[in-house]
Amino acid sequence: MSDTNVQRRQFLKTSVGAAAVAIAPGMLLFDMAHGKSEAVSSKVRWGMLIDTASCADGCNDCVTACNKENGLSGGLSPTDSQWIRKVELKDMRGGRTLALPMMCQHCEEPPCVDVCPTGASFKRADGIVLVDKHLCIGCRYCMMACPYKARSFVHEPLHDQKPDVPRGKGTVESCTMCVHRVDKGQQPACAEACPNKSILFGNLNDPESEISKKIRTVQSTQVRADLGLNTGVRYQGL
Amino acid sequence: MASHSPQQFKTRLFYALLAAGGLVVLMGLYAVHMMDEQGHIITGMNNQIVWGVPHVFAIFLIVSASGVLNVSSIGSVFNKPAYKARAPLAGLLSIAMLAGGLTVLMLDLGRPDRIIVAATNFNHTSVFAWNIFLYSGMFASVAVYLWTMMEQRMYPWSKPAGFIVFIWRFVLTTGTGVIFSFLVARQAYGTAILPPMFIVLSFAWGLAVFHLVQSAIYQWNEKSLDEHVQKRMRNLMGVFVIAAFYFVVAYHLTNLYFAHQAGFERFILRDGGIYPLLLWIGYVFIGSLLPLLLIFHPSLGKSKHVVAASLLIVLGALALLYVFIIGGQAFPLNIFPGYESSSSFGDGQIGLYHPSIPEVLLGLGGVGISFLIAAIGIRVLDFTPREIPKASS
Repeated sequence: MSDTNVQRRQFLKTSVGAAAVAIAPGMLLFDMAHGKSEAVSSKVRWGMLIDTASCADGCNDCVTACNKENGLSGGLSPTDSQWIRKVELKDMRGGRTLALPMMCQHCEEPPCVDVCPTGASFKRADGIVLVDKHLCIGCRYCMMACPYKARSFVHEPLHDQKPDVPRGKGTVESCTMCVHRVDKGQQPACAEACPNKSILFGNLNDPESEISKKIRTVQSTQVRADLGLNTGVRYQGL
Repeated sequence: MASHSPQQFKTRLFYALLAAGGLVVLMGLYAVHMMDEQGHIITGMNNQIVWGVPHVFAIFLIVSASGVLNVSSIGSVFNKPAYKARAPLAGLLSIAMLAGGLTVLMLDLGRPDRIIVAATNFNHTSVFAWNIFLYSGMFASVAVYLWTMMEQRMYPWSKPAGFIVFIWRFVLTTGTGVIFSFLVARQAYGTAILPPMFIVLSFAWGLAVFHLVQSAIYQWNEKSLDEHVQKRMRNLMGVFVIAAFYFVVAYHLTNLYFAHQAGFERFILRDGGIYPLLLWIGYVFIGSLLPLLLIFHPSLGKSKHVVAASLLIVLGALALLYVFIIGGQAFPLNIFPGYESSSSFGDGQIGLYHPSIPEVLLGLGGVGISFLIAAIGIRVLDFTPREIPKASS
């Protein structure tokens, strides 16, 4: 073997070694910065079962907790964002009254996602419906399409936002099922705050989860089930 | 010199008109600037009425932009010489109104600065995304069509180009109707009658706008329209107004028959305050019956009556769209059938909407843009209709 060849090989070996040393710390830091590396999986479908019988009339704890968690003003004017609201209902036949929290129903077939021109409205593999605030152009077609009036448009400039909850003037937003908490293994703020434990959060795809077991044993309803959207949020006693 | 003065006066008048149009556009842009700084809070729109007056203007302009092309189609596709002479003007008006309407739609977005996102991120299930393609295709096909009509070497291509425009505008107006048809959960929308209804409405509104512009041009040039042509175009507009009225009636009658829609119809036809008022007085009386009287009454039907009828049709169109778009959202969504509902977010309540000055300025700005494009186009290029001698027809 000629001298030149040996030198060439030596050079190549050194270069590869140097490149590895240069890149490795970067890769390590990249992994650290991104935390958990596994992607969201469709094996999970997050959902909620809300027991209207134990949802107390006049109690607003879920709404307050949502506003605090997500940095919403809590204002009640028609231009203020309300990701969750308490709805009072009166049965027109029997006169029975009940109250329940209403928010994005996290449909399996979300109309908002269908109509969004840019794909800003999207559904994660685990069933949570979100808005990508970088893609939303603020056309509000999703608000026209949502059968549950679950979405709000940011009508004013925002201040003091929560780092975990990106929002932006001129974009549409709605309940995120507290995706930033769920990804850390926590419950959504509303479920945690409910004094009567009326909001049961869990994995609808896991037959052994508490929510799945309860859905098998009690009568539950999807709001506007006639639309066939297969909502992730179910109601008991409606 | 004395013989020049009327001409000079006209030139001055033309520039004054352009300046007025420009001012309207500037005021619209100022409104956009305010909305950009302060957000949509300065409009009357809110979380229940999410589309307001800007959308009334924008949809009127876009639907009319499609309808005005009827004049070209009758000429190019169906070979009627009287209409062929008017096809270039119709093409210009179509481009002008499409530009005006789209500008309003675009500038009303929460983030108009991201319009490029709409062009680069395409959700293929969205009617809005389809419409972005349909609108840009419309500009292109009408531009090519105009070229084939105005450049002598391209004459042989004007018929196929006209045919493409003919198909394209049908698809485009269908697309506009479908924006509402696909809203399954809303009582006012979510019905398959809307696309054909919008197509027929576009015929009437487009022809009304055409009549207004055409008579302005004739007036300006101190000419009068050939009586035979005037009579034909006038009668055609009358037929379109009747057909459009039929579709609106069929839409409401069908809704009225469905038990779960009756509440909505009571709201729109009787109890909804401004909405029934605009529907009955604005659309039915001013926008349909009065124009029909002006067109078909034996002692009327002269040029000035047709101009008046056209103006009334346009006003009726804006009234109908206001009722359709804003009234349709004001009626509460029926989220819990069988229950009376109330909440802090307007459940079970009629949505309140008071149009603000900035959004009206934005809408008018779109009309201003259409006016400028049309006025400059007619002035610098040869768009004035010229009758083709009878012998050649």
